[in-house]
Amino acid sequence: MLFSKSSSPFVLDDSSVQGIMLKVLYALVPGTLAAIWFFGWGVLINLILVSITCIAAEAWVLWVRDRAIKSTLFDGSALVTACLLALALPPLAPWWLSVIAALFAILVAKHLYGGLGFNPFNPAMVGYVVVMISFPREMTFWTPPLGVAQGWPNFVDTLQIIFASTVPAGETIDSITMATPIDTIKTQLGLENDIESTRTSVQYGPLFGAISGTGWQWINALFLLGGLWLAKQKVIDWRIPTSFLLSLVLISNIFAVYDYASFSSSLFHLFSGGTMLAAFFIATDPVSASTTPRGRWIYAAGIAALVYIIRTWGGYPDGIAFAVVLMNMAVPLIDYYTQPRTFGKTL
Amino acid sequence: MSMPAEPTGALSQFHGGLKLEGHKHLSTRTPIALMPPQDRYIIPLMQHIGQAGDVLVHTGERVLKGQMLAQPHQLVSAAIHSPVSGMVRDIGNYPVPHPSGISAQCIVIDNDYKDEWVEHSAVGEECFHMTSTALRRIIRDAGIVGLGGAGFPTAVKQTEIDIHTLIINGVECEPYISCDDMLMRERAREIVAGSEVIGHIIKAREIIIAIEDNKPEAIAAMQAAIEEDTTGYFRLQAVPTIYPSGGEKQIIKVVLDKEVPINGLPNDIGVLCQNVGTAYAICRAIYHGEPLLSRIVTITGHGVQHPQNLEVAIGTPMQACIDYCGGYNEQHSRMIMGGPMMGFAVQSDQMPIIKLTNCLLVTSDEDTPALPASTAHLPCIRCARCVDVCPANLLPQQLYWYAAAQNFERVVDYHLFDCIECGCCAYVCPSRIPLVQYFRFAKSEIWEQERQRKKADIARERHEAHQARLAKQKQEREEKLRKKREALKARPASSTAVDAKKAAIAAALARVEAKKKQQDVAPKNMDNLSEEQQQLIEAVEKRRAQAVNEANNETNNPATDQAHTSADKH
Amino acid sequence: MLTVVITLAVISAVFGLVLGYSAIRFKIEGDPVVEQIDSILPQTQCGQCTYAGCRPYAEAIARGEADINQCPPGGEATIVALADLLGVEVKPLNAEHGTVKEVKTVVRIDEQVCIGCTLCIQACPVDAILGAAKHMHTVITSECTGCDLCIPPCPVDCIYVETVEPTLNTWKWELPAADHVAPRPAK
Repeated sequence: MLFSKSSSPFVLDDSSVQGIMLKVLYALVPGTLAAIWFFGWGVLINLILVSITCIAAEAWVLWVRDRAIKSTLFDGSALVTACLLALALPPLAPWWLSVIAALFAILVAKHLYGGLGFNPFNPAMVGYVVVMISFPREMTFWTPPLGVAQGWPNFVDTLQIIFASTVPAGETIDSITMATPIDTIKTQLGLENDIESTRTSVQYGPLFGAISGTGWQWINALFLLGGLWLAKQKVIDWRIPTSFLLSLVLISNIFAVYDYASFSSSLFHLFSGGTMLAAFFIATDPVSASTTPRGRWIYAAGIAALVYIIRTWGGYPDGIAFAVVLMNMAVPLIDYYTQPRTFGKTL
Repeated sequence: MSMPAEPTGALSQFHGGLKLEGHKHLSTRTPIALMPPQDRYIIPLMQHIGQAGDVLVHTGERVLKGQMLAQPHQLVSAAIHSPVSGMVRDIGNYPVPHPSGISAQCIVIDNDYKDEWVEHSAVGEECFHMTSTALRRIIRDAGIVGLGGAGFPTAVKQTEIDIHTLIINGVECEPYISCDDMLMRERAREIVAGSEVIGHIIKAREIIIAIEDNKPEAIAAMQAAIEEDTTGYFRLQAVPTIYPSGGEKQIIKVVLDKEVPINGLPNDIGVLCQNVGTAYAICRAIYHGEPLLSRIVTITGHGVQHPQNLEVAIGTPMQACIDYCGGYNEQHSRMIMGGPMMGFAVQSDQMPIIKLTNCLLVTSDEDTPALPASTAHLPCIRCARCVDVCPANLLPQQLYWYAAAQNFERVVDYHLFDCIECGCCAYVCPSRIPLVQYFRFAKSEIWEQERQRKKADIARERHEAHQARLAKQKQEREEKLRKKREALKARPASSTAVDAKKAAIAAALARVEAKKKQQDVAPKNMDNLSEEQQQLIEAVEKRRAQAVNEANNETNNPATDQAHTSADKH
Repeated sequence: MLTVVITLAVISAVFGLVLGYSAIRFKIEGDPVVEQIDSILPQTQCGQCTYAGCRPYAEAIARGEADINQCPPGGEATIVALADLLGVEVKPLNAEHGTVKEVKTVVRIDEQVCIGCTLCIQACPVDAILGAAKHMHTVITSECTGCDLCIPPCPVDCIYVETVEPTLNTWKWELPAADHVAPRPAK
């Protein structure tokens, strides 16, 4: 009686890359729905556009690289990259901007380095950074959230703005877009208006809502819930969001205590912009993050520090993408110096 | 060595590990059954770590049960014995259980069913008055090796230098395997007796019996056996069921909260670990005078009809054991020697059970649901789940990257040789990377490279010696040449040299003539020569004359050296 | 301007002295690169690299006369190690010098046929053949490097090549068959 040949172990658990990616997508759903609710059709259109572009680009590059297409295409990683990128892009960004960001993310940041598992930089964030630097004006096309000013445009108008760059009659692009809370604070501080006065002003007050921005606080809260579920499912390493959020709180508190008028509170920082998305979904991307337990603490703390610095003193509104990409560069060094002590090794 | 802290009973934990489905109930429903005798036994010479012993018998010889078939001569070596009385049918290469499928030297015994024992006597209680060396001799001659799976010759391991704690390993953490469990339930007193002997040999201050807490019956049985013991230095310790707490280094950490240093052994920190099966075998050797002839094997898995534990004689074909258990089920895909995490797939069931066979796991698809069909896998996504579960606290994903790139220097930097190949990392990998196979590949490549390097060093030395020898020969030749040249220069005229030579030749010829005349050695058999023989003789005569001529015709040319090693082409 | 010239001149002189002194004071005897190269080479002494042994080849590499891809017995591992040591690019084995042997081989003399001519003994670079003129020759298998230099000189063709079979102690695990996602089947 002859048997087949293989190597131990012969039992495996039921995890898979596809399973991980699917769980990440599930966790994104609540926050995404909130984003669509508060920021309109643009978010949904971006999601669809970027997803299609990412998957098409990945299929093409796999074909060019002579790789098996089916198993790689459906492992879900391109879809996750697409969703994270789409949620970061402004709802009214022109279609070509979303497409460029998506192509860059998949073709350059992911496959040029070797595909899944080989990219040193987070692909979604690289795509975002490229369009941020190249088209800074288009990247400010955020709609006012639902309930502030005129809210977001209807479906047909949104389609026209995104695909035809045509604004509704009587409006200009500037009149239908509005800066984000973080951006507003930064601009006002530059004009010598402190935070309190900005938050209570007639023009910008409604934008800030109760804590950190109408719409933004809900979106962040829901991403937080999704992220906690992911951590409980052990899909992501709990160390990264914990370190990121704690560091952000610590740094923002230090400065807020020092000068409350010019530095936003930690609560503001936690629930505005892409903080929760970054904490649970972006920084936790396993391929580009640090891999050692201690290294992950340092990596996430570094991202938090850079996010705070860029938000407060940098030239760009939300520093998540730059912070993540910068810390990605530091990962090999961090990994090298934070190896765990091998069993039996005395230092 | 420093004094150990008093064991508090509080347990420590090693990093990582997994909680696995045990599946032990499959094979623990019935007591240990004794395998009936077989017609033929195939006993490999190598069933242990180290060198094979020297064969003592020859084909056709009759051997008795328990007779030594091969004797160890090296230090790290073990004896093998015949499990039955019968005749040595063959000594040759047969397939042996090994992942490579390579055949190795085995002794095949045909059973004569007379069950005749070789003369043997037991030391019994006397052992406590004997020296450690003498007791180790008995254990060595009994062919006892570590029965937990690694097979290190037991007598070599039992040093009495600086050991204070003996751990008897009844943990059996791997799923499906239950041979130690059943042994502890049924033969607890022998295990305790054997442990006492070991304790005496190594002069331990304490003996701790470690058992996983998923074996309540075994714990109860061992506890009862310990309570009968009067020496009072036994302690039973139940440990949490986490794979791989049965590993030597891991159980020491759990029970004593000490870590074996990397590249070190447990006796570096004063601890010795022995499997319960080894302790049982030592009891049989000391109290019954029996060498290691059989062991308990778990036949289990959903691919076999009636999974159970059997007491099997070493050398029994695996198929016989499966047949005893009711044969294969409809659906069976693999036969694994060992457990599902660390065992290896055996290619054929015609191989024998050896001392290291603790389990034969015949799997059906039900047992291996998530096992991929081939080794093709997705790339590593650096999720680091493998880091979280590694009991040796290594970075499996780094080891994988470097092993796959065949960068063996870096692999060693990341402590590849501390990997115990437990399989926890491959179990959790979402990309289904066969991590353990990469590590095994890297280890065997590195060992091969070391062997090649040693061979190359020897070859270099030999080549240098070869060069030196040639140089020396050349030098000697030149010396000779130089001397001759000088000698010739010293002489006044050339003709004198030729004259001298002629004189020498003439003198020699004269001596030969004289001798001939003396002995009258004319060539005999000169009559009735055939045509051919005449021609040969004429040719020889011709050559001789030519040689004499050449000697006479030599001019003033310093002689060409005739002391050549090349062929003398007649 | 003048100060600049003088300063630079002084600095160069100082450094020149320091370097010169170090070159003499810390000089290493022998050429360590050759030793390092030689320790990487497989010591088969077969001559396929066109040099009379591994040491001359090592010296040739050190002098820059020879390329690193001329050694078939060393195979790719040797080329990679040499490239690593010398900081040059890895290149494929130069086919002019032979091909990598699939398996390790040794030679065996059929003692019945051997005529005791000692030609193979002279050819063997590591003296792995035992024998003397008109006496039996035999190969010391454990010392044979598989260079095959003894085969051409033998006048009676009594030397055979044998593959070295792996034993339980020398068997190696294979690299897992498929690395990453398997490529598409050929069109």
